Amino acid sequence: MLRINDLHASIEGKKILNGITLEVNAGEIHAIMGPNGSGKSTLASVIAGKEEYEIESGEILFNNEELTELKPEERAREGVFLAFQYPVEIPGVSNINFLRTALNEKRAHQGLDPMAAKEFLALVKEKAALVQLDDKLKNRSVNEGFSGGEKKRNEIFQMAMLNPKLAVLDETDSGLDIDALRIVAHGVNTLKSAENATIVVTHYQRLLDYIVPDFVHVLYNGKIVKTGSKELALELEEKGYDWIKQELGEEIQA
Amino acid sequence: MGEALTKKNRFLSSLTEGNSTHSYAALKELEHLDFPNRKTEDWRYTRVAPLINKLLRQSAVRPETENFYIPQLQSHKIVFSNGNLIKNEVADNNRITIKKLETSDLLLNSQASIDEIFTTINTAYTHGGIYIHLDKNTILEKPIEIIHLIDGQNTFAQIRKLIVLEQGAEAQIVEGYYSSETGLSFTNAVSEIIVKDNAKLHLDKIQFESEEHWHINSEYVYQESNSNFTINTITLNGGTVRNGLNISVDGNNCETNLNGLYLLKGKQHVDNHTKVDHKQPHCTSSELYKGMIDDQATGVFNGKVFVREDAQKIEAFQQNSNILLSENASMNAKPELEIYADDVKCSHGSTTGQFDDEALFYLKSRGISEKNAHALMAAGFAEDVLVNVTNEFIKLHINKLLKERFNWEL
Repeated sequence: MLRINDLHASIEGKKILNGITLEVNAGEIHAIMGPNGSGKSTLASVIAGKEEYEIESGEILFNNEELTELKPEERAREGVFLAFQYPVEIPGVSNINFLRTALNEKRAHQGLDPMAAKEFLALVKEKAALVQLDDKLKNRSVNEGFSGGEKKRNEIFQMAMLNPKLAVLDETDSGLDIDALRIVAHGVNTLKSAENATIVVTHYQRLLDYIVPDFVHVLYNGKIVKTGSKELALELEEKGYDWIKQELGEEIQA
Repeated sequence: MGEALTKKNRFLSSLTEGNSTHSYAALKELEHLDFPNRKTEDWRYTRVAPLINKLLRQSAVRPETENFYIPQLQSHKIVFSNGNLIKNEVADNNRITIKKLETSDLLLNSQASIDEIFTTINTAYTHGGIYIHLDKNTILEKPIEIIHLIDGQNTFAQIRKLIVLEQGAEAQIVEGYYSSETGLSFTNAVSEIIVKDNAKLHLDKIQFESEEHWHINSEYVYQESNSNFTINTITLNGGTVRNGLNISVDGNNCETNLNGLYLLKGKQHVDNHTKVDHKQPHCTSSELYKGMIDDQATGVFNGKVFVREDAQKIEAFQQNSNILLSENASMNAKPELEIYADDVKCSHGSTTGQFDDEALFYLKSRGISEKNAHALMAAGFAEDVLVNVTNEFIKLHINKLLKERFNWEL
């Protein structure tokens, strides 16, 4: 589904990604871990198409189509979804209106008519229940006055509404208490199918107790330096990121 | 000097041809008054020279007004066509007077400035006017809807309103200014509004004339104790628009709310000047003006608040926020506070910026096009002001005009 080949990217002249290669297939969950500043969030933003980042070389193929040539909105309509680390507050724009616009633009792209109001509201009700999103939050301005946990649940609610092929969750677990974490993880697990794929970007192993990955990649200095099974996350948790740094140091010396 | 005088007289005589004056006093004042020029501080950013160079005329033509009523709104309808009062639905209640304005009407000219030239032209040569009077404790069930329609044939429309709410009366008025076609014309409207003890007036003003149109609107409001006055000025189209609000708060415990929204594009120029004069203690005034300016359009906001020496415990808030959508768009904002009392709470703020890139990316990352993302954010920006338009049909109407004007599909 997603194939990233030797991807180099920078922001304001500062190199962040130094040759990422990653393949994600339908039905898989990949975890990307790494210390602060390793490039995790940059990778997530670059996949979603954030304009500030410059792709210097390499490619991102999504279902064999070059993603970097598409605008963020076109990527979203093709089925890419980014759950933001810091969901943006948009005063005056109602959550519901925002979602209706997004859903109908995606449907138009697929050659479908706008969803009927009744059907849309039924879908909202069903998907909001999945992440226990309060009724009143659906009608409020996007993320405005939401608690940290509500913002993250709102991200997963949007993901459920838009039903993406590839979801990238950027530190969705950061700052969540265990109850909120369980709700978010339940949402993600429920949405998982053999047709879609998920990339979970996280600093902490804890999330992976609830969203169990098929692969764990360790990102360091803009490169994937280690790939393993879910046990790698446990090992990282136990030994800390310094272990990776040391191991890398040894490799370099050897 | 001689040339300026000739221009002034030429312009004035073109406006007033065939009309006898209603006020010799105003006519006399006119001799001393000049049109504002670039040295006139109050008109620094709004040039009237291009208007004064035109030859305009009054018109008896009456463009069709039926299509301009606000859909579904149950209202008392008053219609001006090219400045002529052509419809006046008499209220079904003898405690309410809605009638053609006469020079003999008490309180006429009691509030209007005599040293502002456009107001004085209106006083001297008004040809269409309406008088609205609510008796003591009369609550108007339906809003009064005033439609002003003007064509684009160099027409000059002078409209005068006198609105008096006696003690404890309550009313809602919605005014809509529209053009029946493109082309230059000029509306010079003056309102005198008296809100007596414990009375309450809510006024929504919608400006949607053509891109060549000139519109100068002067409001003189007098508030007595415990009164409540709210005006929402919504400017969605028009070539050069100048709104002058002058509020004299001359009683205790009054509430004054001035809100404005201006969404400009092309070469539009919109100038909102507000003046709130707090003469008595224990009052609150609140102003929120928001604007979005695209292309080469220009906006002006000047908000003056006076707090007189004896006007203690005043709370006066003022906020002006602008979004510039193009490099050639510009905004001139100037808040002015003059406070002579020592126990007051006053604040003002003005911001001018662009749309938040993070928010735009967030919307786009959900599949929303740039155009729709802008429309959503613009509507969100406007909502802060439009929330004060409390009648749902009026608000729906404004939103419909907005979508038409900016081709929003949402």
